[in-house]
Amino acid sequence: MTNVNNQRPLYERPILETAFYPSYKHLIQNDQYEEWGGYTTLASFASEGQEYFSVRNACGVYDICPMLKYRISGSDAERFLNRLMTRNIKKMLPDRVVYCVWCDDNGHLIEDGTLFKFSETEFRLCCAEHQIEWLLDSAIGYDVDIEDVSTDIAALAAQGPVSCSVLKKMGFSGVDNLKPFQLAVFSQLGFDVMISRTGFTGDLGYELWVNSSDAAALWEALFEAGKSRGIRMIGSTALDMLRIEAGLIMVDVEFMSCFHTVRHLREKNPFELGLHWLVDFNKGPFIGRQALLKAKQNKPQRQLVGLDIDWNKQADSALIYDSKDCSRQIGEITSALWSPVLKQNIALAFLDAPFYEGNKSMWAEVYLHRECLWERKVFECRVTPKPFYSPERKSLTPPEDL
Amino acid sequence: MNSLINAIIIGAGHNGLTCAAYLARAGQSVLVLEAAAEVGGLARNRIVANGEQLSSAAHLLHSLPQDIIKDLQLEKYGLHYAAQHLKTVSLNKNGATIVLNKQLAMGDQLSSADLLGYDRFYLDMQRFSKALLPVLGKVAPEIAIEDWRQKLDLLGLGWSIRKLGTFYMREFLRIIGMNLYDLMDEYIENTQLKAAIAMDALLGSEWGARSMGSVLTYLYRQAGELRNNTGLALPRGGMGTVSQAIAKSARQSGADIRCNSPVKHIIIENNKAVGVVLETGEEIYADTVISNADPKQTFLKLINPDHLGTNFVRQVNNLRAKGKAGKLHLVLSQKPSFTGLDDSLLGERLVIAPGMDDIELAFNPSKYKRYPDSPILEIILPSVRDDSLCQNGQQLLSAVVQYLPYDDSTNEDQNRTAMLRVVIETLEEYAPGISDLIITAELLTPRDIEREFGISGGHWHHVELVFESFLFNRPTPLLTRHATPIDNLLLCGASCHPGGNLMGIAGRNAAQQVLRGEK
Amino acid sequence: MKKQQYDAVIVGAGHNGLVAACYLQRAGLKVLVLEKNPHIGGATTSISRYENFTYSNCSYVYSLFRQEIARELELYKFGLQVIPYEGGAQIIKNADGSYDSMGTYWHGDANRREVERFNKRDATAMERLDRDIVRQCKFIKPLLMRTPPDPTSFKPRDLMELLYLGQRFYGIGKQRMHETLRFYTMSVADYLNEYLENDALKSYLAGGATVGTALGVYSPGTAYVLLHHAMGDIDGTVGAWGFPRGGMGSVSKALNDSFIASGGTVRVDAGVSDFIVEKGKVKGVKLESGESLSANLVVSGMDVRRTFNAIDPNELPKWVIERAKHFRFRGSSGKINIALDSLPSFKGIPANSPCMTGDIHISQSMDELELAYDDWKAGKWSQKPYLDILIPSLIDPTMVPEGKHWMSVFVQYCPYKLAEGEWNETRKQAFGQHIVDRIARYSPDFKDKILHMEIRTPKDIENETGMSEGNIFQGELTMDQLIFNRPIPGYAQYRSPIAGLYMCGSSNHPGGGVMGAPGANAAREVLLDLGKGK
Repeated sequence: MTNVNNQRPLYERPILETAFYPSYKHLIQNDQYEEWGGYTTLASFASEGQEYFSVRNACGVYDICPMLKYRISGSDAERFLNRLMTRNIKKMLPDRVVYCVWCDDNGHLIEDGTLFKFSETEFRLCCAEHQIEWLLDSAIGYDVDIEDVSTDIAALAAQGPVSCSVLKKMGFSGVDNLKPFQLAVFSQLGFDVMISRTGFTGDLGYELWVNSSDAAALWEALFEAGKSRGIRMIGSTALDMLRIEAGLIMVDVEFMSCFHTVRHLREKNPFELGLHWLVDFNKGPFIGRQALLKAKQNKPQRQLVGLDIDWNKQADSALIYDSKDCSRQIGEITSALWSPVLKQNIALAFLDAPFYEGNKSMWAEVYLHRECLWERKVFECRVTPKPFYSPERKSLTPPEDL
Repeated sequence: MNSLINAIIIGAGHNGLTCAAYLARAGQSVLVLEAAAEVGGLARNRIVANGEQLSSAAHLLHSLPQDIIKDLQLEKYGLHYAAQHLKTVSLNKNGATIVLNKQLAMGDQLSSADLLGYDRFYLDMQRFSKALLPVLGKVAPEIAIEDWRQKLDLLGLGWSIRKLGTFYMREFLRIIGMNLYDLMDEYIENTQLKAAIAMDALLGSEWGARSMGSVLTYLYRQAGELRNNTGLALPRGGMGTVSQAIAKSARQSGADIRCNSPVKHIIIENNKAVGVVLETGEEIYADTVISNADPKQTFLKLINPDHLGTNFVRQVNNLRAKGKAGKLHLVLSQKPSFTGLDDSLLGERLVIAPGMDDIELAFNPSKYKRYPDSPILEIILPSVRDDSLCQNGQQLLSAVVQYLPYDDSTNEDQNRTAMLRVVIETLEEYAPGISDLIITAELLTPRDIEREFGISGGHWHHVELVFESFLFNRPTPLLTRHATPIDNLLLCGASCHPGGNLMGIAGRNAAQQVLRGEK
Repeated sequence: MKKQQYDAVIVGAGHNGLVAACYLQRAGLKVLVLEKNPHIGGATTSISRYENFTYSNCSYVYSLFRQEIARELELYKFGLQVIPYEGGAQIIKNADGSYDSMGTYWHGDANRREVERFNKRDATAMERLDRDIVRQCKFIKPLLMRTPPDPTSFKPRDLMELLYLGQRFYGIGKQRMHETLRFYTMSVADYLNEYLENDALKSYLAGGATVGTALGVYSPGTAYVLLHHAMGDIDGTVGAWGFPRGGMGSVSKALNDSFIASGGTVRVDAGVSDFIVEKGKVKGVKLESGESLSANLVVSGMDVRRTFNAIDPNELPKWVIERAKHFRFRGSSGKINIALDSLPSFKGIPANSPCMTGDIHISQSMDELELAYDDWKAGKWSQKPYLDILIPSLIDPTMVPEGKHWMSVFVQYCPYKLAEGEWNETRKQAFGQHIVDRIARYSPDFKDKILHMEIRTPKDIENETGMSEGNIFQGELTMDQLIFNRPIPGYAQYRSPIAGLYMCGSSNHPGGGVMGAPGANAAREVLLDLGKGK
């Protein structure tokens, strides 16, 4: 590992700013900062409602610089990743992206993320938590180089029904031909912009990746092209609403990495999160395979499902019971949302077997803080399929020209 | 070639051979593959100079159990003793030797308190090592398991400790986690006597007498000796004859043993070991693959990492395998004479360890990968007892040298030469004139042992015998009861319970597990 | 002998003696505490040795003290205020001769980024290390306030306690059982090697693992001492350390005041020379002044060796005397308290660094720490000792005059017995000077700022506090001296072979550190025997 002992002592450095921060700083109207991996980020810029609707209606832009990015290269890169991931990486075509999860030997979930394939010997892994130690230790015996390139690469997510049109207007001709989870490099701006049709919103959307030094130019071009199309920076509050509607899980909310669980049996496996489709037992050996095979023989004791709650107030942190008198707890809500597009009270929840199968009735116990008084309410709820919201435009290629 | 056999054993060390012999006797078709030209592993003979042979690494037999000797008819196949019940003689520059013969300590310099203390110490340790016996010969029970047979084994251990009585059980629970340095302080004053005793705990180990766990290794060795009735014994013809005898026994029962056949890797299909590929490219298939190699060799060299988990690889990587024992071989033109040592004692086990603090001083540099200024030695002159070894009155000297670091520096060769000089100078202090008798001299460092015998870190016991790697945790919880994360792949070497020293129990137990279908 | 005036006599006004006294007094007993020194506190003191400076003379930081004791004895009502400190720095000498430092930050991300400056992999590995240590803390913490079972006993209480321990152990699962076993038997160096690469970071974490015990960082059995840095908590923040306002003496003062408020009596300058024992029963104590006090219940806060030395040997089983004799103390730590004219600067730590408020370490590598131990084995004070340097006056304004500072320097290793001969004033000064020179290598202006120094060798610690051989834990914390082996197998439940004589010092489970648990546990056992237990 290279010694990076050339930086100023930490206390002399203020909290880090992302490569785009100077560009969008003037748009901040709220004092809603939050730290993400040591970076100053925004929970909302001005109005979380407006930000949310910019994605469902026009184009919302989210700064994803603090995500961790690892360059994985070398002659064994594909073999290495195929052992690391529960998915079959060998089936992956170049210039594609897949959503994937990885587990430890016990089949306990470590993290989820997206894997970009440039060639058989060159990949990029993008995720939210630091993985360098696991990646390096897993690389023992492989001809593979692993490098943390997080600060070298800056990235923005441009999401929403007009996102494709905005990108085309920027000059990225052919971007409309990108299928979901496909990527291509465009150089019309005078520097390389890698665009992948990916996102965390369940809508039509793209993620734009550039060298950090080109970040300001990219931002200017994007907002210039989008200014007449209702483009907006969005904060994490809006993003959270969008991902819940899309039924996407989040680390430290729906699951905790087995790297961080202190208590015994708090680890989760992919099946409990409903991610059966990400585990391929036919691809040959991979880390955690034996444990997951065993786990698959039995139904999970608990599983993550979508819930629909009979009421109109968000059921944050609610406990779920098998009856209205709340005597036996059978689960709890991890994420909850009153969905503005669906006009539906939705949630992601962990339920015990057999309740997650959906044919039993259940009740959510919700505590509401109303004018400095806490009120307890109990409402019936039911299991409902995820994603809650999945517009056709998400997968339409080429997207509608707006 | 695609012949289907029952079991392939990788490595013809004594455990691999024992495993092969037991399997063959049970009617299994067995193929043993050995990388070297000869069987035996650490227990093979080594030719120095003009055809003189001596034991290359292990040079004394003390823990090979009677039942294995009987089962495999080893005496019929060539195991004979040149000497049994060797005494331990601690040498002294001024001639004040101390002789240990089981419960008896002799030496002019010993006070009556020392003699009494040694007697008490000996009896207490015998008592405690007996308490360890119930689990020593068996496959180690797993902790937290539902199997009644294993539970019984665990209860057996518990009961044998409880049987010590309230006082001694408390004592056992107190001393088991201690270091020998402190424990002996409670019994004995004479430091040379203490040092002579400590050798049993320290030879082959990574640590010094002040390190926690040295009491455990001491008791363990004592317990091993309780299982045979030969005491410290010298096999006639060198250690190699023991391996040869086991090999003959195995062959007689139908086992096939192929030397010069290094294995390149183990073939695994759907998490099952199905055979091996030799360096020559030849593929051989079998129902079961049993590795006598140490875990690091087995899993980090012979298996494609695709089949292993990262936690597991980490665990194997972290196994404590830092050998610090070197080996000195001398051919002498005639019998040497040690200051104050009666000629009649020349054939005993001679020890150079002047005192406990000298052991620490020999140990200290090894912590920093440096060589000691005055090493600790266990010396055998096998030719004194065994005239088959030498002609023309020449004599062989074989010594274990503690503590040599695992030297991976570029100066390895110079360091070895310098260390050889230091060892000979040390010998010269105890046996003036010995250097003039030397015809041939060689020193094997832990790194040499790794290279020559294929043992990671050159550690005699494959994996250090410490609490974390003891009984149900030996060598790690993912490798208990000879099983591995790969189906039909077993370990049978010293890394398995009950561990190192020439015992053969691990090999026999591995065979039993295969026959029971636990694999 | 005077007629019995008190229900119970406690020998020694150290923090454990006072904790036991408080609990017994509050349970309705009339309790007298006897202290040999003119001041209370034992090794938990704040005594002024120079002008208006106050030092925490012996123990110097607060974390392990059990929250439940502080709450039950209302110590906060009696003036105890603990201010957590953050920060800390490892000074690093670069290959080119320049200096840098690796700071410690309370915020996880900040800490990670600081470690990343030196090693990216280690920054992530630290998270795994923290997780595993917290797991061990969770396992061990509930055991601190419990009486260890006697594994040879068939009494229902011992069996139940063994079952409890067994269930806790089995409850963590096979893999973690193994991890736990390893954690308790490995060397801190090996343990850290399984996580980290950077030598400076490792030595920063490892140094503390040898505190108070004559073992080196490469000695098996030192890893678990890492718990001592993580096991304590302040206001629920696990692993936090703090300074009691006014120094460690504030802890004993609050205990003392709480005791007095509940009606107890403390006599200072009243050293106990003998326990009066008749037919296996304690009858009272004899003071150094010759005065005798009768009591049927005596609780000794002294260490096990001193306790049994004060009993007529004919009253004790021979093997108990042997065990007490062999209980290992082996002082290995020194302490230097320094009054400073102003704040010294350190190489590699910029003047305004917030890390200065924490522990400053100068050991450069694991080898250097181990070499320090080799010196101890040879009967010398370490050439390059492990130093734990703190400047409490950066946080606590009450201990020094304005603008001045005091520095607490903990030294490992300093032997109780020197190879060159007995400790004397010359050797003591030479030891002190050696430490000052060591610090001055990393702090060029340090020497000029020294106004006064209090040098404490193990011998001094023994002389003042009475702790045998100056061992700061009243006996080393090694496997053979822990839990049911502490202090003597068979007498590990705070009782002694003498009826009515109990032990409450750190020689007993769970051992040293300003924890208060032995005192509270002993009081619980006394009350149980009196039929007042719960």
